Amino acid sequence: MADFGYSLVKSGKTDLDTAGNALARSVSEAEPGFNLCIACGCCVATCSAGRFTNFGFRELIHRIKRGEEKLMIAEAEKCMLCGKCTLVCPRNINTRNIVLLIRKHAIIKGL
Amino acid sequence: MKYDPFVLPFISGMAFVLIVVIGKWTIWFKGLPFSDKKKFLNGLFSRKFIYASREVVSESMLHRKVFRSNFWLGYMHMSLAFGWFLLIVAGNLETRWYSHGTINPPWYPIFFEFFVHDLKELPYRRFFVFAMDFLLLFVLSGLFIAIYKRYRSGFVGMKKTTRQKTIDKLALTSLWMIFPLRLLAESFNAGLYDTGGFLTNTLGHYFARFLPLELLRYPAWLAYSIALGTFFVSMPFTRYMHILTEIFLIFLRRFGIREKQAHSTFTDVELNACSRCGICIDKCQLSSDLEINNIQPAYFLRDLRDRKPDLFKTETCLICGRCNTSCPVGIENTNIRLNERSIHQFFSANAYEYIGKQEVKNGKVAFFAGCMGHLNPLTIKAMLTLFEKAGVEFTFVDENGSICCGRPLKLSGNFMAAGNLVAKNKDLIRESKAEILVTTCPICYKMFRDDYRLDIPVYHHSEYLLKLVEENKLDPGFSPSTVVFHDPCDLGRGSGIYEQPRRLIARSYSLVEADHKKKDSLCCGGSLGITALSGENRKTLTEATIASLTLNHPEIIATACPLCKKTFAGQADVRVADIAELLLEAVDHKPADHKATSVAMHKPADCLEEVEI
Repeated sequence: MADFGYSLVKSGKTDLDTAGNALARSVSEAEPGFNLCIACGCCVATCSAGRFTNFGFRELIHRIKRGEEKLMIAEAEKCMLCGKCTLVCPRNINTRNIVLLIRKHAIIKGL
Repeated sequence: MKYDPFVLPFISGMAFVLIVVIGKWTIWFKGLPFSDKKKFLNGLFSRKFIYASREVVSESMLHRKVFRSNFWLGYMHMSLAFGWFLLIVAGNLETRWYSHGTINPPWYPIFFEFFVHDLKELPYRRFFVFAMDFLLLFVLSGLFIAIYKRYRSGFVGMKKTTRQKTIDKLALTSLWMIFPLRLLAESFNAGLYDTGGFLTNTLGHYFARFLPLELLRYPAWLAYSIALGTFFVSMPFTRYMHILTEIFLIFLRRFGIREKQAHSTFTDVELNACSRCGICIDKCQLSSDLEINNIQPAYFLRDLRDRKPDLFKTETCLICGRCNTSCPVGIENTNIRLNERSIHQFFSANAYEYIGKQEVKNGKVAFFAGCMGHLNPLTIKAMLTLFEKAGVEFTFVDENGSICCGRPLKLSGNFMAAGNLVAKNKDLIRESKAEILVTTCPICYKMFRDDYRLDIPVYHHSEYLLKLVEENKLDPGFSPSTVVFHDPCDLGRGSGIYEQPRRLIARSYSLVEADHKKKDSLCCGGSLGITALSGENRKTLTEATIASLTLNHPEIIATACPLCKKTFAGQADVRVADIAELLLEAVDHKPADHKATSVAMHKPADCLEEVEI
């Protein structure tokens, strides 16, 4: 089949049966910067882990807000906590703390 | 007569504290790993024993390090510790002399003058009587400063002092009571029997004019005995346990025993050795700049000793190490804190298995820029150019982006996950077949040096570039710019490198110093050791540090850490540059700057001539 450079986009719908907002709430309570993200993608562009695998902080926040808790808790473990994203973030979001909070939430809730 | 019931509070308190201390020392020693026990036993019969004994005298008695912090603070600690010690020694000698060498019961020297009223039998009587009074006055002078310090701590150079627990205050009160009560008891005695010296005799005769000394003598000696007993009983439960633990700690440390990657009984020794003197509180930037006043080692270690660790206190620390270098007891505060953080790990040991095998070129020198390094392309470019100019056969290990060294994970307590990254980077370095490793990042450098156990030497670029210059492989010129050097935490206090970057800068620039320099340098505010610190608070820290750096109005702030550079660059009014960039400029602009220098050098002379005319 001819390759026109297009591919199927994954469905963007939120499944309300499986979505949960407990993680988003607990993280944003402890670190209000969670809600400041403008999804500019600077963090993804600079990400050390992003060079080796499909990982980005922007996507992490976005999908947690959409309720994909379990998936993102596993995803957050890819972060190396190097802190580059914190330095480049134009919104001055404390990204390292958010990743740690996600992981802490997971361990405390036994997920 | 050598006994009276009033000695009971004293003797029971002393027996209690002796049993507890011997018990604790035994438990601590038994709990050490086998290798440490071996080190201890070997140390007992080596030269280290002499060094340790010397340190006990200079630190536990004379408090040399506290003197360095402030003279009056040092004097206060010394008079109480050394003065009391001498008082005990002199008292023992006095009674031994009196009883012609026979061994006396332990309370006898302490209450000697209660039992013996006629000192004519005592050889060298005048000397002893004078010495005992003089030493008591010495201790009392320290006590006076201690009481004054409660109200005006600024006098001993402390902005903030430790807030003590109730039981500590009780012990403190009994300690403070001991010496005035001794003075009273001995004065009453002197007033009746003329047993005192210049101090107690004078006071005694004065009291005799209007006080019924016959009646008061016994209660005074009893009160003195009770104060001693109370203090001894309170010791194991309060900060005064440090008196009996610091000595043990000094020996352990001198014999080469250190904090491991987890708490051990050595940690218990360190926790008990903290006297909560409070010197760490003023040194902590979280206290001085952000008014966070409950997380400093004095409080953190206390909670840990009470087995009530507090998560907030554990996590709230820059890991800058200023408390380590200022601690007069030399407790490894930050290592204890990291080990405490590692009790809860949130990343698994195989978190980074997604990182596959990486391609790496071979070379004699492996250059590692690190994650933060990649945010400073100018530094990387400067390093690569300098390597080429010096004819170094190098390989850029993380040219296409780094695998993190693992220190940020370690700083957050995730030791297992950090180990995963360590293994990946070790493979990479081994595969490059390099003979030495050079990194521009002090964070990576500390990790490589302390945690990687590489079989090749590791250099921070400040060391390596200096080596190249000193071997005449690079020939930098002279520039008239004034440069201040900022000591990164992990390079200075963390790895003990202070002089190399300064020597490198001083070859080409005129070096000026900051307000806080070397061991006392401040954290830039970018610290990876703390996660829950807001951007605003970080800015406050950075501002204070820049203010310290620009005290002598330098034209350039030089640093040797990509994170410090990035943190300063956003806020400083002057240029911020890495030492590699500055060296490259000095190498490149050699002729031009020579001219600039000669102009600058001639100018003052010309002016002088004009003035003379």
